[in-house]
Amino acid sequence: MARKPASAAAGTKAAALPNVSRDDLLKYYRDMLLIRRFEEKAGQLYGMGLIGGFCHLYIGQEAVVVGLEAAAEPGDKRITSYRDHGHMLACGMDPRGVMAELTGRIGGYSKGKGGSMHMFSKERHFYGGHGIVGAQVPLGAGLAFADRYLGNGRVTFTYFGDGAANQGQVYETYNMAELWDLPVVFVIENNQYAMGTSVKRSTKSVTLYGRGLAYGIPGEQVDGMDVLAVKAAGERAVAHCRAGKGPYILEVMTYRYRGHSMSDPAKYRTREEVEKMRSERDAIDHVRDLLLTGGHASEEDLKAIDREIKDIVNDAAEFARQSPEPPLEELWTDVYA
Amino acid sequence: MSIEILMPALSPTMEEGTLARWLVREGDVVKAGQVIAEIETDKATMEFEAVDEGKVGRILVPEGTAGVKVNSPIAVLLDEGEDASSVAAQPSSAPPAAAQPSAAPPAVAQPAASGGEVPFPLGSKAAPAAAAAPAPASGWPHADLPEGAATKTMTVREALREAMAEEMRRDPTVFLMGEEVGEYQGAYKISQGLLDEFGPGRVIDTPITEHGFAGIAVGASWGGLRPILEFMTFNFAMQAMDHIVNSAAKTLYMSGGQMGSPIVFRGPNGAAARVAAQHSQDYAAWYAHVPGLKVCMPFSAADAKGLLKTAIRDPNPVVFLENEILYGRSFEVPADPDFTIPFGKASIWRAGTDVTLVSFGIGMTHAIAAADELAREGISAEIVNLRTLRPIDYDTVIASVMKTNRCVTVEEGFPVGAIGNHIAAVIMQRAFDHLDAPVLNCTGKDVPMPYAANLEKLALTTTAEIVSAVRQVTYR
Repeated sequence: MARKPASAAAGTKAAALPNVSRDDLLKYYRDMLLIRRFEEKAGQLYGMGLIGGFCHLYIGQEAVVVGLEAAAEPGDKRITSYRDHGHMLACGMDPRGVMAELTGRIGGYSKGKGGSMHMFSKERHFYGGHGIVGAQVPLGAGLAFADRYLGNGRVTFTYFGDGAANQGQVYETYNMAELWDLPVVFVIENNQYAMGTSVKRSTKSVTLYGRGLAYGIPGEQVDGMDVLAVKAAGERAVAHCRAGKGPYILEVMTYRYRGHSMSDPAKYRTREEVEKMRSERDAIDHVRDLLLTGGHASEEDLKAIDREIKDIVNDAAEFARQSPEPPLEELWTDVYA
Repeated sequence: MSIEILMPALSPTMEEGTLARWLVREGDVVKAGQVIAEIETDKATMEFEAVDEGKVGRILVPEGTAGVKVNSPIAVLLDEGEDASSVAAQPSSAPPAAAQPSAAPPAVAQPAASGGEVPFPLGSKAAPAAAAAPAPASGWPHADLPEGAATKTMTVREALREAMAEEMRRDPTVFLMGEEVGEYQGAYKISQGLLDEFGPGRVIDTPITEHGFAGIAVGASWGGLRPILEFMTFNFAMQAMDHIVNSAAKTLYMSGGQMGSPIVFRGPNGAAARVAAQHSQDYAAWYAHVPGLKVCMPFSAADAKGLLKTAIRDPNPVVFLENEILYGRSFEVPADPDFTIPFGKASIWRAGTDVTLVSFGIGMTHAIAAADELAREGISAEIVNLRTLRPIDYDTVIASVMKTNRCVTVEEGFPVGAIGNHIAAVIMQRAFDHLDAPVLNCTGKDVPMPYAANLEKLALTTTAEIVSAVRQVTYR
């Protein structure tokens, strides 16, 4: 795995918590754990036939979105691909509404009409959930265009994967975003596999953030298994955007433990590779270690959080099972405003 | 032997222009490549260079003359030894068109039947409207307007520009984006002057990157703005099809009603002239297929203005299909700045009793020409101008067919999955017992657009085909 040596986990296990309070660190732990437990539950419901179609789990990548949300201010926007459950939970959307959308029920964020890949919350400034690889990149720049037009000082986080990074529209967007100084952070979640094709099997230009330099967009590679490193990079990116300097690219090196979707046989990587990441680089274990070894939380404290998260996820799952299917009239609504 | 300098064609669709300025005088010697005149088309003012060397013997068309036909002689170059007096006596091969207002053919300019609209004067922008247009009939210019409402003559181009300018003045979140819309003043001059009035923050030139800027515009519509996205032509919008269909049209539904896309995608659609297969396609049926989109295809300047204002105010994504050939045509438009045309409301362009012609956009020119010819044969055709293709005003079509019992549809698009196919199916379902003949579809031919002039003409719907179809369904 390509990684900056400076951000290797070994150096960060210190008692002092640079630039982060105990409460913040506990919040990151809690938010990441919520995503992981939620996704595990979603996988379980999928196996029971309660969730249909495509379902892309975010397990392993939690530190990316939690770290970047820590750098966001109220009113900032976010938009992402179809691997979107984590982003929704991290920006404060209700786990009940997300899970009920996965089960296709009226209590879901899109009244059951969008599904796993198409959810939105204007209230939380979450603009989807997009099923077409790379489409969210110009759409995100468009949100930033509106913010710049309106002069409201907001920033848009536009997430996409290493696979989408080879889409032509990404580079069309880089060009215009820099040309017009749009306040957008392009977040490349490099989990190293576009479905089953590894980065090195899809490009010889493997340093994805560097591609922005051709358009004049600064960027950097970030250790995506370290929530504090992600947060710090996010703050640099946001400061750049808010200063009116245009877009910024973060290539966040991460790893998904599960398959591309639920039907992925995962023949393109070894079991050992996945196991090594889980045991040595897990983002949640990393924060857990920071909290425990630094004396900022006890095992009991963390167990209490675990129980709380478990209750939230079970409640969401129960809601998603009990919420009725959309009434048949819903077939015909929301086609036109 | 003297050489005639002819009025040049400076664009694929140019038929005439204004000789704005002469840069040489009689008696001057010119070299090949020397700029000798400035010629104004409806799109731009262009410099005109001499092809041959010689002395300017006579200037046949004075500067400032409008309506000069392409290929008419505008000056004469003398050979060595010739003098101007020999040229003066020489009859020109064609008279300068300058002084002649191109009056509309009488058959076309007949007053509309009561409640209908007056057919458009075929004359150019430069032609005096008063001379070409017939006296307003009762109910003119629009059935929705009070009798005697004031109108003004304007081209489709001016109507589109005025609609955008008025809506941009009314709503600061409305902006125009596209290739060459700003400093170039519009590839087809639709946006001429808008940069000056609204500035570069609201009239935004894009790089040539349809996929990307369509996505940016849709995103902006989610962020609280109302973009008008101009495609230089809809042929290029195929690169942006994913954002028009997947991002704009479907998001309201996929979000359970939370997030709509108030955006207008507009630009010229369909065949222009001699630009061949990749630049000559009618996308009416493509976009009309998609739930979540609204689709307009205006014919007249009043259609263009009234529908575009409605489109800009609509909270849904609207595909607005214009036509390059219609841009320069003049029509009467209501002067009321609040004039709009609701979507899903067809107009009866001309009332008739024997057959219903259903058309839209440029197809209307063929339908009107056919109706004129049929009138001379004693067949009275009613023309329904659909104006919007999503939603379609089925009721007006059905009511007309119930009266005439026969129907021919007219469009320029391909024949498979055409709008006319759909209209025919709906008529069959809703008015089967009223039909005295099968519904026939006149469409473009099932081939990519050829370049050769004769083949291109054949590939489009022709007036003769419509007349023939009407004879078939009326058993004449």
